[in-house]
Amino acid sequence: MRDRLNSGPGLVLVIVYGIFALSAGARATVQIATKFDEAPEAYLLSALAALIYLVATIGLARGGASGRRLALICCSVELAGVLVVGTLSIADKAAFPDDSVWSVYGRGYGFVPLVLPLIGLYWLRRTARADRAAAVDHAQP
Amino acid sequence: MNDSLGAIVIVAALVVALLCLVAAIRNRPPDLSHYVGTALVEVAALVLTVVAVIAMIGGDRPTEVGTFVGYLFTFLALPPVAIALARLEPTRWGSVILTVALLVMPVLVARLNQIWEATGA
Repeated sequence: MRDRLNSGPGLVLVIVYGIFALSAGARATVQIATKFDEAPEAYLLSALAALIYLVATIGLARGGASGRRLALICCSVELAGVLVVGTLSIADKAAFPDDSVWSVYGRGYGFVPLVLPLIGLYWLRRTARADRAAAVDHAQP
Repeated sequence: MNDSLGAIVIVAALVVALLCLVAAIRNRPPDLSHYVGTALVEVAALVLTVVAVIAMIGGDRPTEVGTFVGYLFTFLALPPVAIALARLEPTRWGSVILTVALLVMPVLVARLNQIWEATGA
């Protein structure tokens, strides 16, 4: 379904989230398949991050109320994740022996993992407001 | 990995990205030239992939073959997906989609190189 959420800048978000889902997913799959024992927590975290990116991509691409809800949950978890993991990875380096997407606030990925959920949440908010305004306009003859 | 092919992909992607960025700034949807340019970047990416796969079959391969192949898939999928999404969005944002995807291509070439070099050999 095409609506405000997945039109215009929303579709740009879809491709950026898609890129992250694919590359984080490929990386996590390989890490888990080949050297899971080395750092199970870090690799599971990578896989979780990849899954969140994937579901966010689907939510943003689908649009509608359910897509919006999915995307909202994912962007919120993503923001919390990058902040918590980013902080922990600086405070306790030993706990994160291998870099994950969210280590040091996503430094390995040009800090895009930190900025992306903020842009996502902003876009969700902005389109929600526009949709509400349109609904009100519609209701008033 | 073949350095000159990598350089070709990087330069081609940056040139076409610049053209798409100009279209976005001028508030134009992508026109045929932008789609053809993006398709040419994909052709260069395909050539790089074929050469890399032949090298890997010949025994010259990175230690993390799995990671390399994973990034290779992202690398090959990106231009076609960008073209498909941009066609759904025939506004300036279609041009932004192509710009973003094309700017990620050089990053992926750098990542592929990095993984290839980390052979330890």
